[in-house]
Amino acid sequence: MTLTAIDLTCVRNGQALFAPVSFTLVPGTAIRLQGPNGVGKTTLLRAIAGLGQRPEGTLRLDGRPVGETEAAFAYSGHLDAIKPALTVLENLTFWAEIHGASNIQDTLSHFALTSLITRPAGRLSAGQKRRLGLARLALSRARIWLMDEPTVSLDEASIAALGAVLTNHLAAGGAALIATHLPLPIEATPLTLSAAKPTKITDPFLAEGAL
Amino acid sequence: MRALLARELTLALRAGGGAAQGLVFFLIVVLLIPFGMGPEPEALSRVAPGTLWIAALLSCLMTLDRLFQTDFEDGSLDALALSPLPLEAITAIKALAHWLTTGLPLTIIAPLLALTLNLPSAAYPWLIASLAIGTPALSFLGAIGAALTLGLRRGGLLIGVLTLPLYIPTLIFGARTVTAAAEAQAPLPALALTAALTLAILALSPFATAAILRIQIR
Amino acid sequence: MSLWRYANPVEFMRLSGRILPVVTVLCAVCLATGLIWGFFFTPDDYQQGSTVKIIYLHVPSALMAINAWIMMLVASLIWFIRRHHVSALAARAAAPVGAVFTLVALLTGAIWGQPMWGTFWAWDPRLTSFLILFVFYLGYMALWEAVEDPEKVADLTAALCMVGSVFALLSRYAVLFWNQGLHQGASLSLDAEENVADVFYQPLLFCIAGFVLLFIALVLLRTRTEIRLRRLQALETRATPLAERAIG
Repeated sequence: MTLTAIDLTCVRNGQALFAPVSFTLVPGTAIRLQGPNGVGKTTLLRAIAGLGQRPEGTLRLDGRPVGETEAAFAYSGHLDAIKPALTVLENLTFWAEIHGASNIQDTLSHFALTSLITRPAGRLSAGQKRRLGLARLALSRARIWLMDEPTVSLDEASIAALGAVLTNHLAAGGAALIATHLPLPIEATPLTLSAAKPTKITDPFLAEGAL
Repeated sequence: MRALLARELTLALRAGGGAAQGLVFFLIVVLLIPFGMGPEPEALSRVAPGTLWIAALLSCLMTLDRLFQTDFEDGSLDALALSPLPLEAITAIKALAHWLTTGLPLTIIAPLLALTLNLPSAAYPWLIASLAIGTPALSFLGAIGAALTLGLRRGGLLIGVLTLPLYIPTLIFGARTVTAAAEAQAPLPALALTAALTLAILALSPFATAAILRIQIR
Repeated sequence: MSLWRYANPVEFMRLSGRILPVVTVLCAVCLATGLIWGFFFTPDDYQQGSTVKIIYLHVPSALMAINAWIMMLVASLIWFIRRHHVSALAARAAAPVGAVFTLVALLTGAIWGQPMWGTFWAWDPRLTSFLILFVFYLGYMALWEAVEDPEKVADLTAALCMVGSVFALLSRYAVLFWNQGLHQGASLSLDAEENVADVFYQPLLFCIAGFVLLFIALVLLRTRTEIRLRRLQALETRATPLAERAIG
């Protein structure tokens, strides 16, 4: 599935967060989203996923407009969507059943979680939690992965494991849009967001005479 | 959907879950009543139906703020919203799980507590019936309140202010069923109204709740 | 030109600025006429004595307590469908006004109830319905205060207003089931054979008109304040450098 964005930006309080960007994400490739803190990388990823206000501009999936919630997208953010009271296996089994996936054992071994399956997720380290969160993403059958800082708190071995999973995903015709400041374990086309000039004002409350 | 229900139930029953909390609260409220009202059996049996219903309503309210809050905080709600399940089904399942872990145990334990309040024996079947039929409405209405107050720091208080007025019709019909039975009048009309109200709420509230959740995760 | 252009803050400010003084003066005239006429130039009721004169406050405020909620419901629907910010702000502005009308209706009712029924408060269906309405107003206002994001809070309160409307109406009929009332029938209705006698009726109409105008004036005034507040917030946000803003 090809994701095409033309002059895409996110608007908050009637003002564009970042200068409009255009990109094409074709199957088998990844884009690395970068830019200064607070420029709106997270907001953009969430907006594409359908969490958050709709982005301004054109966003198409294989030529048709992107809808409210698309099965094509999977999103992993700063939070890992893990229940501390459930074990690693229970957490992952739940998401596998929700997404109708059956390859739990493979995913567990890809992320080196097999030895931890009976441990309550609340007792995992930050890096282990992150791996579990990424395993959830890998279980979804979505073609396009939207990832927000996926390598945070991962050690080198885990980053390499993530690289292997990502490579598999891309080789199988998937695609990924990854926001990060850290080096990525895969080849990715860079896309830089820069702050918008505060020119375009659509907030009706800022219009002259509203006093 | 079954996976979600199973997860909700497991979470509620594990340590730190809400299932025991509601039940214990129910127990304490009902057991406090005689200390406030005095031990005369006649006085207690008069207030028994109302007391049991109000205690059920309050303990339901107690556990509501967790309904979406933890999922919202740990990112599960985002992930669920992007999952193949419609948000309406998710809210309905979560409200159902809430009822299974609060409303249903309350209904089962209520006759026991009614003994301590000297409820007339004719009213027992009607007490169980009215709670069994009425408490699902409390969970499903509460979901609306929980969705509205999602992510707020003082959500616990606000959820009460927003939800309690919505509970009034259910409380009136539910408690009236038991009172009528206790006073040897016909309890069926009130029970029928309770049932009608619950059915309407079960049908409509998931849509309202899902719409509000969509606003919240935007 | 369509009516919708007044939903734009600039147009709204211009129009409301012109209307507000007129409405205020008309309101003062109507209220003064109705209240003075009602209080000093109508005979005492043969049963209720001079206490009946409280209807000049009680009936209009009770009427407006309900109408304010209906206006909020309409404004919320307009916000949901057309996303006009002024509409959401008008709903917000109307809530405290409606709450105060509800409170006035309850208090004047209590003052009237003491000599008539021998009690300040009874769990009569009408009284109870108004108390429930008051709680709905409180919850609605509390929700407006609790959430920061202006679009989100407008959406949430609009949703609450719609759900609340259904349940306020339900409660109205549920309390009838629960207790039969002491309250007299409606003072005014279009299909009733007997309304309040003409001597009381005419000043009452002035009072009702006065209360309607008072409501309009207060809502316009408060909406203007809300618009200015929003403008201030927007200016502040704009003055903050982008990098300093918290972005989730």
